[in-house]
Amino acid sequence: MIVAQRKPFAEIKDMLQGYNKVLNVGCGTCVSVCLAGGEKEVAVLNTELEMARRLDDAPIDIQGHTIERQCDREYLAELDDIIEEGKFDALMSMACGVGIQFLAERYPKIPTFPAVDTSGLAVNQAVGWYEERCRSCSQCILGSTGGICPITMCAKGLLNGPCGGTNKGSCEISSEQPCAWFRIWERLSGQGRLDAIKKINTTRGWKNQTPRNLIQPGYRKPEKMAK
Amino acid sequence: MSTETHFNSGSNLEKVLKSGQFAFTGELGPPRGTDVEEVREKAKFLKGNVDSVNITDNQTAVVRMASWAASLIAIQEGLEPNYQMVCRDRNRLAMQSDILGSSALGIRNMLCLSGDHQQFGDHPDAMGVFDIDSIQLIAMVKQMRDEGLFLSGNEIHKPPKMFIGAAANPFADPFEWRVHRLAKKIEAGADFIQTQCIYNMAKFREFIRIANEEGLTEKVYILGGVTPMKSVGMARYMKSKVPGMDVPDAIIDRLKGVEKDKVAQEGINMACEQIEEFKELKGVHGVHMMAIEWEHMVPQIAEQAKVLPRPVFS
Repeated sequence: MIVAQRKPFAEIKDMLQGYNKVLNVGCGTCVSVCLAGGEKEVAVLNTELEMARRLDDAPIDIQGHTIERQCDREYLAELDDIIEEGKFDALMSMACGVGIQFLAERYPKIPTFPAVDTSGLAVNQAVGWYEERCRSCSQCILGSTGGICPITMCAKGLLNGPCGGTNKGSCEISSEQPCAWFRIWERLSGQGRLDAIKKINTTRGWKNQTPRNLIQPGYRKPEKMAK
Repeated sequence: MSTETHFNSGSNLEKVLKSGQFAFTGELGPPRGTDVEEVREKAKFLKGNVDSVNITDNQTAVVRMASWAASLIAIQEGLEPNYQMVCRDRNRLAMQSDILGSSALGIRNMLCLSGDHQQFGDHPDAMGVFDIDSIQLIAMVKQMRDEGLFLSGNEIHKPPKMFIGAAANPFADPFEWRVHRLAKKIEAGADFIQTQCIYNMAKFREFIRIANEEGLTEKVYILGGVTPMKSVGMARYMKSKVPGMDVPDAIIDRLKGVEKDKVAQEGINMACEQIEEFKELKGVHGVHMMAIEWEHMVPQIAEQAKVLPRPVFS
């Protein structure tokens, strides 16, 4: 899932300075699961903001609404009436970077602010602990690396590791950080497949250097949206 | 040696190795500023005592004078530079243009490295580039030199001349992988290898034994890395703080066993004993002396290690 973490309160408060009627929009999918921007987190942040602004003698009227997914127009449409009637002078989103942008795009006249920092695609290691596993590079090599991604898990994103900095199975950057290539070696060794990494991985043509559009086979852009 | 069929780079180090002589290379760290005199001063101690001198590239991820620039100063001082290039700070465009520029200005050796992670250095929040890795860099330089092609496949007008070096750390985990990685670097096109500082001789001998068995030492020149210990503190630091370094307790105990003012000399003695052993070790073709911030001791070390005079080619 996509994981995010709430921004420091001072930064959020600072962004909303001068805005007095705000709608804070939560997202019911990834950021809810990773405890960053679901219904509960919207309520907590709104309470904190109300209290802080009251203490500052600059009360804020902040409302909350959490929709199923901010990256989907169908669910965003739910907000049309609320935003129309509410006359908000700012929107805040607790969705991931994708959701925040889709919200801002739907209501382009209203300033929209992010309440979270999005950090990537991660697995749920334990409650509240998420570990990044994919950098969505558009060319998956997990088949030859024992299902462990060196682009994400190796601090240098090396394709021909492990490098000389491997330290008793840890990365040179920290003993807390496992060396991705050490793990790849271990797993492939166990599977009797070390040949997969004995051959040279040649230079990559990076496919994430321009904005990517993905259209599944059999689909195309709707005509009214195609440029 | 497969390198003998290669294009001749015009490198002095290449001549020493191809003539079958035991090579002796040094190291020089560029200054953290524009002080040319600092480079000249260090160069003075190395001239005539080494076949080539590695000019480090923002070592430990700390900003220093560009490696190519310090390499040119070394040339002015009569030294042959081994221009180090790390993958951390440049993408493939910058790397290739630097390779062209350095070759154009007379640099004939390159050491291709991944580079320490930026987190260690003085700009820990910098973006690490790592567009290509060290093995891909080796292959890229080889392609530029031997095929006259850029990485893109486009033709180079007057390709660069380079004797291509790579690093090897026989002590990093997993040990079984280290010879495979060496094989990959050779396959990519490395002409010579300089190893990480060696303190655990037993482990290094085992590494070389496997490399000999796999026929790798017939395909590449291997220079064993030696760094004399200056103090007990340095030995302890190397043991506990430097990733991928293997310092057996016996090394520390031996340094502790001599009087305090004789520790540095004992470190040099140990280094020279190692060098003697390398001279006899099949599959080792020379020594890379990394006397870090101890350049002024190189003449004495070279003398004591009986590697002087260095070969001269007309």
